[in-house]
Amino acid sequence: MGYMSKVLLSAASGAAMLLGGQLAPVQAQDGKDANFVPLFTYRTGPFSGSGIPIANGMRDYLEMLNQRDGGIGGAKIVIEECETGYDTKKGLECYEAVKGRNPVMVNPWSTGITLPLIPRAAVDRIPVLSMAYGLSASADGQTFPWIFNPPNTYWDGLSVIIKHIADELGGLDKLKGKKIGYIYLDAGFGKEPIPMFEQFAKDLGFELKLYPVAATDMQNQSSQWLGVRRDKPDYMVMYGWGALNPTAIKEAARINYPMDRFVSIWWPSEDDARSAGPGAKGFRELNWHGVGTDFPVLKDIQKHVIDKGLSKVAKGKEGEVLYNRGVYNSMLIAEGIRNAQKLTGKKAVTGEDVRRGLEAINLTPERLKELGMEGFTDPLKLSCADHNGHGAAFVQEWDGQKYVKIGGPIKPMEDKVGPVAAAAAKDYVEKNAGWPKRTEACDSK
Amino acid sequence: MLYNIFIDPFVQMAGAPDLLVQALWDGLVSGVLYALIALGFVLIFKASGVFNFAQGIMVVFAALTLVGLYEKGVPAYVALALTLVVMFLLAVAVERVVLRPLVNQPDIILFMATFGLTYFLIGFGELVFGGNPKAMITAQLGLPRGVIDVEMLGGRVSFQKIDIAAAVIASIMVAALAVFFQKTRIGRALRAVADSHKAALSVGISLNQIWVIVWFAAGVVALAAGIMWGARSEVSFALEIVALKALPVLVLGGFTSVPGAIVGGLIIGVGEKLGEFYWGPLVGGGIETWLAYFIALAFLLFRPQGLFGEKIIERI
Amino acid sequence: MLYRETGQFKTSYKADMAVFPIRQDRIGLAVILLLAFVATPLFGSAFLLSAVMIPLLVFALAALGLNLLTGYTGQLSLGTAGFMGVGAYACYKLTTFFPEVNLIVWILASGFFSAAVGVLFGLPSLRIKGFYLAVATLAAQFFLQWCFIRIPWLYNNNVSGAIEAPVRTLFGMPITGPHATPELRYLVVLSIVALLTWIASNLVHGRVGRSWMAVRDMDIAAELMGIRLLPTKLLAFAVSSFYCGVAGALMVFLWYGSAEPEVFSISQSFLILFMVIIGGLGSLIGSFFGAALIYGLPIVLKSLFPMLGLSVGAATIEHITFMVVGAMIIGFLIVEPHGLASIWRTIKQKLRVWPFPY
Repeated sequence: MGYMSKVLLSAASGAAMLLGGQLAPVQAQDGKDANFVPLFTYRTGPFSGSGIPIANGMRDYLEMLNQRDGGIGGAKIVIEECETGYDTKKGLECYEAVKGRNPVMVNPWSTGITLPLIPRAAVDRIPVLSMAYGLSASADGQTFPWIFNPPNTYWDGLSVIIKHIADELGGLDKLKGKKIGYIYLDAGFGKEPIPMFEQFAKDLGFELKLYPVAATDMQNQSSQWLGVRRDKPDYMVMYGWGALNPTAIKEAARINYPMDRFVSIWWPSEDDARSAGPGAKGFRELNWHGVGTDFPVLKDIQKHVIDKGLSKVAKGKEGEVLYNRGVYNSMLIAEGIRNAQKLTGKKAVTGEDVRRGLEAINLTPERLKELGMEGFTDPLKLSCADHNGHGAAFVQEWDGQKYVKIGGPIKPMEDKVGPVAAAAAKDYVEKNAGWPKRTEACDSK
Repeated sequence: MLYNIFIDPFVQMAGAPDLLVQALWDGLVSGVLYALIALGFVLIFKASGVFNFAQGIMVVFAALTLVGLYEKGVPAYVALALTLVVMFLLAVAVERVVLRPLVNQPDIILFMATFGLTYFLIGFGELVFGGNPKAMITAQLGLPRGVIDVEMLGGRVSFQKIDIAAAVIASIMVAALAVFFQKTRIGRALRAVADSHKAALSVGISLNQIWVIVWFAAGVVALAAGIMWGARSEVSFALEIVALKALPVLVLGGFTSVPGAIVGGLIIGVGEKLGEFYWGPLVGGGIETWLAYFIALAFLLFRPQGLFGEKIIERI
Repeated sequence: MLYRETGQFKTSYKADMAVFPIRQDRIGLAVILLLAFVATPLFGSAFLLSAVMIPLLVFALAALGLNLLTGYTGQLSLGTAGFMGVGAYACYKLTTFFPEVNLIVWILASGFFSAAVGVLFGLPSLRIKGFYLAVATLAAQFFLQWCFIRIPWLYNNNVSGAIEAPVRTLFGMPITGPHATPELRYLVVLSIVALLTWIASNLVHGRVGRSWMAVRDMDIAAELMGIRLLPTKLLAFAVSSFYCGVAGALMVFLWYGSAEPEVFSISQSFLILFMVIIGGLGSLIGSFFGAALIYGLPIVLKSLFPMLGLSVGAATIEHITFMVVGAMIIGFLIVEPHGLASIWRTIKQKLRVWPFPY
């Protein structure tokens, strides 16, 4: 029974590890100050197509700070990836594994993982940065002091898309009598905008057609697109993720849907459009940051990280949409830490400090220039009440090789989105009886 | 309500016959693709009695190997040949490591072992080729691209050339398998094994050899299915979920019947497309995820062994 | 040496039929319960309790439920996660409708809802058998998951489309929500699992269990012996789904805290099937072993690499974990097709006759 003893031995050593080994707080190796930034990533599983570039971008920016500046404010950044596979179960396991080690914040990168963390964040005193995903209502800093989802929510995104379509048509009133199709991932993420979409349809007088795509049928969408052929919507809006995006773009090209009337939320990548071939030309999506490597910050990443062989990114993939999205995400992390250091005077900060630091985020044009992000993205200011910024987004078009920005920044329709968001936050508090009132002090008045 | 369920869809069908034809065609194509996956299951089940859950992942693995090799700079056709070699090695490995030690175990144990194989192949495939989705090298393999639009019935019906190619390749494959089973020596040996392992052994047929051949054949079918599915969207592990659709196809057609897999695939493909397209909107859509299983279930209640399955005779 | 039954005489049929006929087994059980109820919450870290033990117990309960159906009655089911979902959603509806009733009551009551659904999808089992039956349970799996997405009433029209566990207390202490301590949550889960395991153990050792096993071994023969097939099979579906439903409710309320429909996906069903088969079909303790191995192994592997001083990426670890788990499944099946429970039995047998080899 030799193998049995091995099994028992490994089980015993595993148990010993679980009991003892997990709880040491993180320190840099030379005993200096350090800040622990866990990154929840998914380089595996059905959603890895979106997960890999994001993970690379997030990691490379932080690594660049370590290499170039020796961390943030003299404290090294301890970067640790935890693989979630976009699976809530594994995500929670990652959270439990890092929460005792003084992480400055968590980035769940999945709405499914974000939701269970929302009530825990305040108790465990670890801020959650769900950048432009997660619960849209959590933009309300008075109700959700520990949750941050800058720079805009899915509702903001929808209103920008509607505005863009209206601009194309020549005014919001021209939407009357039009037909807009909505193809979406049939899960929390895709369903969230529907009530608002319906409201828009009623207010502006267009007809809304829904085409849900189940997560199991992401690669098998011919019936949805057959429905598109039947209903002949004037515009198509897409909220997709993972394999849904490339398949939808392909199917749209197959039925010769006019691509410049196919507008997506900000998640499709270059690969998604490229795989559809020349038929994808003209496909549009929202974005709020630059693509390509013509920014000082990307040059620094190339110089300090990629050229040194410290990155996992495939050659030429840096600068793509989702890679840069990861960079943007990490920039927010870094700004949060930096602000926290300023506010507290400490080098090694805690989750509580970083929560204050995130509320103090103020990306003025000057600050963006210092960060090497001039022209990369628009200014952003967060506050105690506003954890989102509701920033502008622009539309970019696939020209067959790369995404090209068309038109200027479009602000979300605050008047439409605001009430819906407020109602959703109220609804959340009502349904979770005993939701704590905000007690966290406010630094920025 | 009743009108919406029983009459309106047919009114729609009559009102836009071009869309009906299109829906039927789309259904047939996805049916063929389901059938291609199911075919691999049937081959293996017939010859070794193993319910091969790993067939779905073999589809992904084969396509991934092909594209992965191409991305590493191997010319497309060479990559195709190399992928076949890899699938052959996989068949040998499966026979050596999984089937041989597990011979004579109950079905569920073998079924479970193919689960283990699934996990292993997922990890192995991602480790070697990376987890990021890849575009299928359709053009490089000389497969046709583009659309044939036919004006008919007062509208337009478009036939994707790749879909036509898929149908043709599937037919050739089924024909080749039929000839192989009926006419060749190995094919006869295969059928003998399917009838009775012991009897086959006693007349000098090597079970191990047969298993390698069958798993290799299933690997080839998997590669074909992988290329076709990959061309429709992309090659990624999300494809594995689509492969689950082969289960109702299989159940409907019967586990042991090659024509069953084809007919089952077509029924499921057409049924779920029409269902989703005409009846789906009544309940908010997305019924495609479960409709196939209910169709299969409905057939099963009348024929518990599937349409073409061998009659189950139970004795004490 | 210690494990020997010499001198323990059974003087009545009742004693002979006891679930634990050997005294050392009873002592062993007491020690295990003591460890589980006292030592683990006292000495275990928060990570051990909330990321290892609670999930493990929840999965063990679900595996136990599936084992009753697949292992004891021989009906293959691939819809476990769907039935778990029914339990979770039922519990959510019940506790939001009647917040004043104790959550434990609703967790147990939600099992009845999933039992009813289980019976419904078990109906075809009289006519369809083996792998063919799997399609009926797959239909349940996909249909139920679709319902969780498509019927807003089930999740109280939440904007997020997910169900969120509201704060509920037991003896004045919160057992759900962010303030619930891992220790308390663990104890609640453990108590429910222990109770249900005890009931299951009595079920399978009694008349019901015997008729299930007769059906599993050959249903025609069982029918000829006077076992009514339909009620027996349906009872198995009901009891099994009950266990899965309770496991699902425990999962959402005491472990996740909130759940999207995606949580109850087909891969979860497969995971639980792995546990049952690796643990041992037709063995209650096997369900626990299986859950520990399938759920625990990846966690151990994950922390093993840093311990060995190997610096590999998180993704690579995940890939290797997949490969190792896959290889281990095959390996275990080759070495011991009847699962870990069979290894357990072998060990016990060896101990009984030690130091002699037979």
